[in-house]
Amino acid sequence: MVNTKISLSGIEIDNPVIPASGTFGFGYEMADFYDINVLGTFSFKGTTEDPRFGNPTPRIAETPCGMLNAVGLQNPGVEKVIAEELPKMEKVFSKKVMANIGGFSVKEYAETAEKLDAVDSVGWLEINISCPNVHGGGISFGTDPNAAYEVTKAVKAVTKKPVYMKLSPNVTDITEIARACEAGGADGVSLINTLMGMRIDLRRKAPIIKNKTGGLSGPAIFPIAVRMVYQVYEAVKIPIIGMGGVCSAENVIELMLAGATAVEVGAQNLIHPCACRDIINDLPAVMEKYGITSLKEIIGGAH
Amino acid sequence: MTESIFTIIENKKTAKNTYKMILRGTADGCAPGKFVNIKIDGFFLRRPISVCDCDGESLTLIYKTVGEGTEKMSRMSAGEKLNILAYLGNGYDLSKSGDAPLLIGGGVGVPPLYMCAKELIAAGKNVSVILGFNTAEEVFFKDEFTALGAKVFVATADGSEGKKGFVTDALKDVGKYSYFYTCGPEPMLKAVYGATETSGQFSFEERMGCGFGACVGCTCKTKYGNKRICKDGPVLVKEEIIW
Repeated sequence: MVNTKISLSGIEIDNPVIPASGTFGFGYEMADFYDINVLGTFSFKGTTEDPRFGNPTPRIAETPCGMLNAVGLQNPGVEKVIAEELPKMEKVFSKKVMANIGGFSVKEYAETAEKLDAVDSVGWLEINISCPNVHGGGISFGTDPNAAYEVTKAVKAVTKKPVYMKLSPNVTDITEIARACEAGGADGVSLINTLMGMRIDLRRKAPIIKNKTGGLSGPAIFPIAVRMVYQVYEAVKIPIIGMGGVCSAENVIELMLAGATAVEVGAQNLIHPCACRDIINDLPAVMEKYGITSLKEIIGGAH
Repeated sequence: MTESIFTIIENKKTAKNTYKMILRGTADGCAPGKFVNIKIDGFFLRRPISVCDCDGESLTLIYKTVGEGTEKMSRMSAGEKLNILAYLGNGYDLSKSGDAPLLIGGGVGVPPLYMCAKELIAAGKNVSVILGFNTAEEVFFKDEFTALGAKVFVATADGSEGKKGFVTDALKDVGKYSYFYTCGPEPMLKAVYGATETSGQFSFEERMGCGFGACVGCTCKTKYGNKRICKDGPVLVKEEIIW
């Protein structure tokens, strides 16, 4: 018998596989495909203080082994999320969920976090300081260590729940931002968000995505995720949620060996809606194949 | 809504750059105006393609080769398998049709109207169909609609078959209709919106991430709020559309 349980800032979850924000809606959209209670948790759609339509379409483009998206944090706003989306989520998911929060000012991050802190079904807060698709928003906090520190501190001040800061790979040195979050009191960091990219339509001779640039995700970015998780593991003491192009149980184990305590799965959910369930089902056999009895014991094992 | 494996029974060219694929696989949840999302080896995103016909045992798709993915699909042969998410989207609401519905299709917007026509005719409706294409060599399914018992009008932009002009030019020949269902390129849909006098339903296209509502990559604004083309659409009613 292998043990897939891990502990994420004091909350034990059945397995480390977590659907990433923006690829899993509020969970109920996926419940038609499988019983999502097999998940340890999932990170719900990025929520901001005010409702947002997001960017104009086209918002999606294909790339070799991946995709670009420029959704732009479309969401109904935190009040509607709490009043309408989370009750629907709670009907299909009985465990603690991870609340993903976006923002445009330190104050907005803190106010949204405070509102979601009051929700019982929320177990962790994941603070997105790395969305590449909103102008003047998210990413500027994720590329400046001082701003990352300020957001972390402000959010920590309004919540007792564990706070994970979601970091951008679009920086010179991700460890610098991770250290700033740790100094600000973050309970953990999650990385990587998407890498900024572009595709051009040869017929129209213009970018495919209306926003011009979009965030690259999918298996194309997996090696970058492994490298950055590995670097951040050596730079900070707080736990890491690793993500970026994860498609298989083998990928989960690889990111954990690099230093991740848990692993998020993003773009793969869009292609194979049952991806996370299948990865969870595959984990025990893959663990046995590599002589792993407990996932907890392999975290950072490659260092 | 399930991810499952379909087997290709037939895949052949029916008109210029246009292919007809018949597959064996689940028919659960299939209805006119719904679509499937097809995984093609070597490509990350799926290809959303509308259902042309579904008889319980086989699924018919008609698709145009518009890029590398559909090119590759056109080279597949009988016996090969495809991983397909089916069936997605809201589909057309045929209960609104009245006694004499009109179906208006342009190019690859024609296929989803076939299953509509089949079900409306089976329900005893007096169905008229306008099919619009650029040129005669692109025309397909004219005989199939006629065989169902629909009254068919063809328009081609260059006048090489049927009426010279667009579907809206052929609209003048149709006479009275009770309601309409349409699918085609957006400029055509916009023209149909302006030229029609009754209410009706429009099927839209958009670049999609998932096809089942999770990524909100295909959201549009409507008078009834934000809608995901893949999940709350692809069919929108005339009254809610904002151009």
